Amino acid sequence: MRITQGCFSFLPDLTNEQISRQVQYCLEQGWAVNIEFTDDPHPRNNLWEMWGLPMFDLRDAAGVMMELDQCRKVYGDRYIRLSAFDSSHGWESVRLSFIVNRPKDEPGFRLERHEVAGRNIRYTTKSYAADRPEGRRYG
Amino acid sequence: MNMHSMTVRGKERYKSGVLEYKKMGYWEPDYQPKDTDVIALFRVTPQDGVDPIEASAAVAGESSTATWTVVWTDRLTAAEKYRAKCFRVEPVPNSPGQYFAYIAYDLDLFEPGSIANLSASIIGNVFGFKPLKALRLEDMRLPVAYVKTFQGPATGIVVERERMDKFGRPLLGATVKPKLGLSGRNYGRVVYEALKGGLDFTKDDENINSQPFMHWRERFLYCMEAVNKAQAASGEIKGTYLNVTAGTMEDMYERAEFAKELGSVIIMIDLVIGYTAIQSMAKWARRNDMILHLHRAGHSTYTRQRNHGVSFRVIAKWMRLAGVDHIHAGTVVGKLEGDPATTRGYYDICREDYNPTRLEHGVFFDQHWASLNRLMPVASGGIHAGQMHQLLDHLGEDVILQFGGGTIGHPMGIQAGATANRVALEAMILARNEGRDYLHEGPEILAKAAETCTPLKSALEVWKNVTFNYESTDMPDYVPTPSVAM
Repeated sequence: MRITQGCFSFLPDLTNEQISRQVQYCLEQGWAVNIEFTDDPHPRNNLWEMWGLPMFDLRDAAGVMMELDQCRKVYGDRYIRLSAFDSSHGWESVRLSFIVNRPKDEPGFRLERHEVAGRNIRYTTKSYAADRPEGRRYG
Repeated sequence: MNMHSMTVRGKERYKSGVLEYKKMGYWEPDYQPKDTDVIALFRVTPQDGVDPIEASAAVAGESSTATWTVVWTDRLTAAEKYRAKCFRVEPVPNSPGQYFAYIAYDLDLFEPGSIANLSASIIGNVFGFKPLKALRLEDMRLPVAYVKTFQGPATGIVVERERMDKFGRPLLGATVKPKLGLSGRNYGRVVYEALKGGLDFTKDDENINSQPFMHWRERFLYCMEAVNKAQAASGEIKGTYLNVTAGTMEDMYERAEFAKELGSVIIMIDLVIGYTAIQSMAKWARRNDMILHLHRAGHSTYTRQRNHGVSFRVIAKWMRLAGVDHIHAGTVVGKLEGDPATTRGYYDICREDYNPTRLEHGVFFDQHWASLNRLMPVASGGIHAGQMHQLLDHLGEDVILQFGGGTIGHPMGIQAGATANRVALEAMILARNEGRDYLHEGPEILAKAAETCTPLKSALEVWKNVTFNYESTDMPDYVPTPSVAM
């Protein structure tokens, strides 16, 4: 399966050129771009690991692309995403987030159903990969 | 217009009998509205022969302290404070016989945090007043002191995006069709296909409550199976607006509680349940971490005609105070009423923290929202993937685009319909961020995206010539004019 979190998951994987243009757009809006990675892409896991701090005060997308390159060298077998933070009043949260790296094989999720009273069902979404310890989940 | 106060003062003012409204203190052209006053702008159409000043003063009077004759009991009160004061009357541009009347109300006239009280005061009595042919409440300035007495949207745009984990693009939805007749099982099928195909939300229609063909519990159970299955299949958070509208508050609370128990992230109500019920549900939603969708069912009965009723921009303001998270606010390009400038005004009212006066958008007052949460506008009704560039241009990024027919009517099926919409949207956002002139290059951008997406190709083909070009019945009265260079 293909996890479709993030802004551009329904498009073919973005090239570095395309990623760089999106980063440049974020920087021009005054947003700080952060690189995050995980091997636990559960839809409610918002805490992906941070590759350093959000890059404040950056002007040129090349800086982010260099860091992304480094991150891919270490965690290229995991999901990597870029998130852009807007600190302006009234927003103070993420403005854009998209996946830029995926494991070769995306095992996806199992839906567990626990039947309880009144035809009600308690649902649990489980990542197939997360049954193994962190760092040994893909490949 | 006549700029002199005609107010009769002292003992004469309270002599038994009938006195014109403009002489009773409801016309005060010298009055300077206070920062804490509520200001209402009415479009007044007096009966033939009725003085527009007197008609406007009557509106001020009948929406505050006045009755048809002088009463001595006024003298037991600080009556001058409680009288609404019409302070400005001017002819409506290009509309003979119509006048804009600006009326200020002291804050003490209103109960804190109650739309029911606000609306009972402002529109409770005066719309049937005989000396008027027609009356329309066009806009209101709500002072910060009053705004702060309301909860505001239970969740707000930012937190909704955080909870849904969706940033940087409009959200996508679809209303399940047919509106009526599907069983719970069949209904769940539509929800699953649409969500799995790439939509973020599906939606009950306004009149889907609990009918013989599908009782509400059936719908909720099958819908949540669909939501959870689609979440697992995509790895994304999904939601379906479960409509909890019912005949009594007790029934609505029961349905809302069940939605929560099933793990739904969102519930829905209809405007027709009434302002107090809406505020109750907004408080419930805040307490229970639930996004609250409002379907503006019934609004066109009083918002659409330009000369009588209440403008939708006022309803949007009231609903932001009342505390809903989503509100249908027009599509511009779709099948329902909405001219671009007026719609832009509604969207600004929903989404901005400060609205400057913009007469060309029908926004008559500067409005501070005092950090009240933002309200997510919803565009729904007769829109399709081929219009994506226009939708993004007119409506911006913080909006929910709902393609009902444009998803479910896709020739290759519902999943394909959903995928077509999602691909079209992502391609357009990508292009916009890259700095392309996406509005003009829109068709090209879509055609290029369709090269690797058969469902989009097929959607563009089927709906290529569908547009709804009719004249709007409600438009701004002012057109932008170049400012005079001195």
